[in-house]
Amino acid sequence: MPHLVELRDIYKIYHVGDSEVHALDGISLTIDRGEFVAIVGSSGSGKSTCMNIIGCLDVPTSGTYKLNGREISNYSGDELAEVRNKMLGFIFQQYNLIPKLSVIENVQLPLLYGGYSDKEQKVRAMAALERVGLASKAKNMPTQLSGGQQQRVSIARALAGDPSVILADEPTGALDSRTGRDVMRFLQQLNREGNTIILITHDNSIAARASRIVRVTDGRIVYDGPVEGDENVAHQAAAGREEG
Amino acid sequence: MSLTKSFIMALSSIISNKVRSLLTMLGIIIGIASVIVLVSVMNGLTGEISSIFNEFGTTSLTTSITPRSNKEVKPEELYEFAEQYPDMFAGVSPNVSVSGQVKTPDSGDDYLTGSATGVSEDYYDIKRVDMSFGRFISYEDCENRSKVAVIGSYQAMYFFGLSSKAVGETIRINGTPYTIIGVIEEEAESAESSSDDVIYIPYTTALKANGTNIVSSYTVDAASDEVVDEAKALLESFLLEKVGDSDYFTVISMKAIIDQMLEMMDTMEMVLVAIAGISLLVGGIGIMNIMLVSVSERTREIGIRKSLGAKHKHIMTQFVMESGTVSCIGGIIGIILGVSFAYLAGRLLGMDVAPSMGAVGLAFGVSVGIGVIFGFLPARKAAKLNPIDALRSD
Ligand SMILES: Nc1ncnc2c1ncn2[C@@H]1O[C@H](COP(=O)(O)OP(=O)(O)O)[C@@H](O)[C@H]1O
Ligand SMILES: [Mg+2]
Repeated sequence: MPHLVELRDIYKIYHVGDSEVHALDGISLTIDRGEFVAIVGSSGSGKSTCMNIIGCLDVPTSGTYKLNGREISNYSGDELAEVRNKMLGFIFQQYNLIPKLSVIENVQLPLLYGGYSDKEQKVRAMAALERVGLASKAKNMPTQLSGGQQQRVSIARALAGDPSVILADEPTGALDSRTGRDVMRFLQQLNREGNTIILITHDNSIAARASRIVRVTDGRIVYDGPVEGDENVAHQAAAGREEG
Repeated sequence: MSLTKSFIMALSSIISNKVRSLLTMLGIIIGIASVIVLVSVMNGLTGEISSIFNEFGTTSLTTSITPRSNKEVKPEELYEFAEQYPDMFAGVSPNVSVSGQVKTPDSGDDYLTGSATGVSEDYYDIKRVDMSFGRFISYEDCENRSKVAVIGSYQAMYFFGLSSKAVGETIRINGTPYTIIGVIEEEAESAESSSDDVIYIPYTTALKANGTNIVSSYTVDAASDEVVDEAKALLESFLLEKVGDSDYFTVISMKAIIDQMLEMMDTMEMVLVAIAGISLLVGGIGIMNIMLVSVSERTREIGIRKSLGAKHKHIMTQFVMESGTVSCIGGIIGIILGVSFAYLAGRLLGMDVAPSMGAVGLAFGVSVGIGVIFGFLPARKAAKLNPIDALRSD
């Protein structure tokens, strides 16, 4: 069985004026099914760029990326759209719900583009909302919900298409710490149910919820291993356990 | 993704932006409405004009000959000629004008300055005369040079107050008394100088009154619309032989005049519609403009949709549907306004103005087409957005 995610020697270089910015400076990384990986690093270290490439939202300047064993570097825009639709579920810091669509319509979107029938869309979207405990808010507009609820809607949307990988970029960044913890607990539960989760965060205490840490600094991986091996995260993890 | 689904999506997007959508539609509304009004009014006008001309008979050939000694065309000669081609000619009538004072024995000093036209019995069919009382001039009247007259409702009203009273009365033209044998149906509210202001007498009587036997004008009736041109050519060659020089006679075909007139109306209509069409173009550009604004305002939404797997065609459909729906609604409003205004104009102008279904259908098609064509560019701009750039924008 091929690795679910396999990055080899990935560079992403931006040209800003005359200078080059190496947002990713030679990243190699493999992630397998069922893992819960946290990509950690300070702001500007290249985490989001990395997630965008894994999420097929962006293409690397050089290097190869295999998703589920398939090399996707030369996929067309529509083929990448299909990959995102079928294999990837996104959770963004700003939730990224479409404000003029109702909660259920938002959750239906990946199913709509996946070619599901109207009825099937409703059934699956409802099931996804059920999982995040927001079935009762299906007809509401996103703006009528709290931040935590909106983030749960976006999790439902990510789950609706039954993706192979869930990508979460600072999912708790816009939430207070309690709601943030709820969201993290929910992601942990999804992981226990067998979902592969890639979490992006600059917050060590959030990263502590993952089972594997990939630490990025200046576009390079400086640590890749269990939580216990990363000083900062391990410290937070210990503190978290003491708290109960 | 089904079309109805994207149509509903487009509708809700339009409704959420009512004022802007209405302003966007304005160009299309005005353009479509004015095209419909113009086409309808022009159609009404064309109908009106051709029905007026048809009254006179589309088959008549008006012939005038400049008199020269020994080069005249005698009525008998023209009759004889026309009778040789029964499938070309349906009738011949000389036209002999007698002008002067018109009065009645009882009218004293009161008289009308006018003219009587001497015609033959064929004139009745050629000009499709409708009698309201009495009869028209007959063959015998012409043979006998009878002093009889058929008058229009203007004269009847003027001298006798009522058309029905005129028959049997006497009318004097330059002093010569004529017995009124018929009154023609009113056509133009019995106005002076209108088609109701006429007096017909036998042409033989008219020639005698003028003291001549030379006829310089004839009305010849072709057998049918189809043979008018052929009959005209035939008549011309006969006249050329008789008169000897084509400069000394003319044959004017009513049909040619009507055709020319209608052609002119068509050209005018095309010019007017083209001008109205410019406002449609402007409307289309307005739609394109607003759609471009809409695309840049919704860049983030487009990014979100793309991150969820929307393909090129999905985004294209969304935006083209939206602009198509906007201009389609604009078109419908324009059609409703245009048809209403056309009827109103018809009322005001007092004519039959019916917007043709063809024009309405075409207008609708054009408005949908404009929406799709002018929505295409903005939609493509949206569909081509790079997902990550679109997501990052706000
Ligand atoms: N579109 C871009 N143009 C130029 N530089 C960029 C662009 N996107 C990201 N960068 C740069 O790449 C680096 C990594 O960015 P990012 O992946 O967003 O970091 P992080 O998510 O870890 O905060 C930063 O220095 C950022 O300024
Ligand atoms: Mg980031």
